[in-house]
Amino acid sequence: MAKKTIKINFDTGWDLAPAPESTGHIQINNKYDLFIGGKWVKPSSGKYFETTNPADEQKLALIAEANAKDVDKAVKAARKAYDTVWSKMPAKERGKYIYRIARLIQEKAREFAVIETLDGGKPIRESRDIDIPLAAAHFFYYAGWADKLEYAFPNRKPKSLGVAGQITPWNFPLLMAAWKIAPALATGNTVVLKPAETTSLTALKLAEVIKETGLPDGVVNIVTGAGETGAAIVNHNDIDKIAFTGSTGVGKIIQNAIAGTNKKATLELGGKAANIIFEDAPLDQAVEGIINGIFFNQGHVCCAGSRLFIQESVYDIVIRKLKDRMESLIIGNPLDKNTDVGAINSKEQLTTINKYIKIGKEEGAEIYQPNCALPKNGYWCKPTLFTGVSQSSRIVQEEIFGPVLAIQTFRTVAEVIDKANNTPFGLSAGVWTDKGSKMFNVTSQLNAGIVWGNTYNKFDPTSPFGGYKESGFGREGGLHGLKAYLKF
Amino acid sequence: MSRLEILKTYKIYIGGKFPRTESGRFYTPKNGDKALGNICLSSRKDFRNAVVAARSAFGKWSGATAYNRSQVLYRIAEMLEGRRAQFVEEIILQGSKKAEAEKEVNTSIDRIIYYAGWCDKYSQIFSAVNPVATSHFNFTAPEPTGVVSVFAPEENSLIGLVSSVMPIIASGNTCVVLACENMPLCAVTFAEVLNSSDVPGGVINLLTGKRSELLEHMASHMDVNAFLYTGTDKKEMEAIQKLGVANLKRIQLKDFSKIYSSEHETPYYIEDFLEMKTTWHPIEKIGATGSGY
Repeated sequence: MAKKTIKINFDTGWDLAPAPESTGHIQINNKYDLFIGGKWVKPSSGKYFETTNPADEQKLALIAEANAKDVDKAVKAARKAYDTVWSKMPAKERGKYIYRIARLIQEKAREFAVIETLDGGKPIRESRDIDIPLAAAHFFYYAGWADKLEYAFPNRKPKSLGVAGQITPWNFPLLMAAWKIAPALATGNTVVLKPAETTSLTALKLAEVIKETGLPDGVVNIVTGAGETGAAIVNHNDIDKIAFTGSTGVGKIIQNAIAGTNKKATLELGGKAANIIFEDAPLDQAVEGIINGIFFNQGHVCCAGSRLFIQESVYDIVIRKLKDRMESLIIGNPLDKNTDVGAINSKEQLTTINKYIKIGKEEGAEIYQPNCALPKNGYWCKPTLFTGVSQSSRIVQEEIFGPVLAIQTFRTVAEVIDKANNTPFGLSAGVWTDKGSKMFNVTSQLNAGIVWGNTYNKFDPTSPFGGYKESGFGREGGLHGLKAYLKF
Repeated sequence: MSRLEILKTYKIYIGGKFPRTESGRFYTPKNGDKALGNICLSSRKDFRNAVVAARSAFGKWSGATAYNRSQVLYRIAEMLEGRRAQFVEEIILQGSKKAEAEKEVNTSIDRIIYYAGWCDKYSQIFSAVNPVATSHFNFTAPEPTGVVSVFAPEENSLIGLVSSVMPIIASGNTCVVLACENMPLCAVTFAEVLNSSDVPGGVINLLTGKRSELLEHMASHMDVNAFLYTGTDKKEMEAIQKLGVANLKRIQLKDFSKIYSSEHETPYYIEDFLEMKTTWHPIEKIGATGSGY
């Protein structure tokens, strides 16, 4: 007799009415220049590139492309600001400027959230509730450190480095800019920041905010462009520190480029996190955590829980719950307040994700995607899970950076620790069990910089973030995030 | 008739054993015209064997209690104290005056004691409980990085070796050290001290030989997590940084030229080879912040 499975029927004919966030309140210029020395400066090449909304492929604005000459101008402005103003300013005053930035982001939170969603494709619920509030919180947290640095490093005298070159990714555009700028300013450094080329808008809006705060000219400079602009920052010889968040591949190029120089670096790179679910876990919460772990921000998260390990005894029930939950995810217009999964950030990234889905199938894994319609225009990928993968599968070993989950099983604690650690990455991990002693045994043996127990993808300005092994080095956030911008 | 002296064979130290180099090669460092001995010219294969030993020792050593590691380090100092005369003699043989030699041995012993004391304290200095704005318990605590390649300083034989290695192993790392090329005697004898104290085999592995031969392998090995370079040669430093890229090694470049300075007694040397792990866990509904699942 065939095994009967009870399946929840989600096709009830009841759909949520559209609840789109209004875009009427926001202001996007047709064209953005470079923010250098407190002024908007035209790129010396005269070149601009388009930034588009990945949800409908419509053009949002033109963004200036900075070349080495422009970067040099920005570094000179940052150096001048460091030498003449910022390094001489009392730390308490420095802190007050950073508090102002935090407050202005809070005041303009809605505008930031809508632009973040338009430019990057992430659900408005996430940009409104996570990205923007956390960005403001980051400035608020580090502002207070400015005049308290001596307390963070017992028996040492911290000193600022000088000019920091910062390169941020496209997955959390404003939040990553905050992670970079806030600690750099608090520790007395000046900044040249390059946002990712597909998502420059909120960094440019931040430049407007910074201008509004009256922060001295040149303390923060924002130059836009792609890889070449980034390379010009990395290779500039008057930069004291490089802070990079992005792929492990580019991180290695940067580490190689700065070898033999006096530049310090922090690298926040890729990941392939294990999310481990034991038979004694609170299964419903665990399933929610797995969903959040891999589909949060369309899986464009370096710490995404992209490898799931399920203890064999609960495999069937967890898979059923997962599939059911996937059926109820709402995929579509990122501006809709009910949307769970938004648009893929760019055409290039969609191509990469689809390549890996193809590889997964070719490797013989079994694919599951929910039964849902995708919008016609824009870049979309259904939430995807693969079962029947092996430890050596490419979709298990390589970072996909999309909503694709690879699922394996295990029997014992020792086995799952071996499997979880068997990767060159070491950024994050998740563990689900209701047994405290087991929890601490596993969390303490996982090679990862962030371990979430019975939760996942939680962030806070007070909580250090960063990886082991090839996921990079240095920490951002918390007391530990100060060190990377200081010398002793 | 006068008694014929027994000469010492200087060997390398891998996994708690004293093999000769697998390559069968040697070199003869000198003090002036006087040969110090036939010293093993370690090969790439020796280094790789040492990494295997260091990696296998890592689990147990990093998993030992901090109190235990502290006592083991203290025991190294006890053993060194007991054999101080031999070290003084060797340092003199390598060209130092007696007073200098005594100072070097005394400082070395005291420095081991210094780091022995840190084993069960550094994590309290570098940890944090983080006041996150959601209902979670969140803490950051250090863990050892893993296997570390070390170039011991060239300027001295014992004090530089001790000063570079002790902070590395204090936290549970294991290491493979290339001893001072021109004055290697103390390093080999120090291995005997390690062997007779309670340091598990493989925690410290000591090779003798040439930097020029081993640099490439020690900096590029994919199962080595970090590199401590103590020196000032710009070319060597850049080469190590470039070779370390393949697996993103944590590379520390330190100037150990003023080795007697108190700057070399610091928990921040321990911190150089630590990784910070942040752990989150929900706290069931407290106050107004709600559940944190």
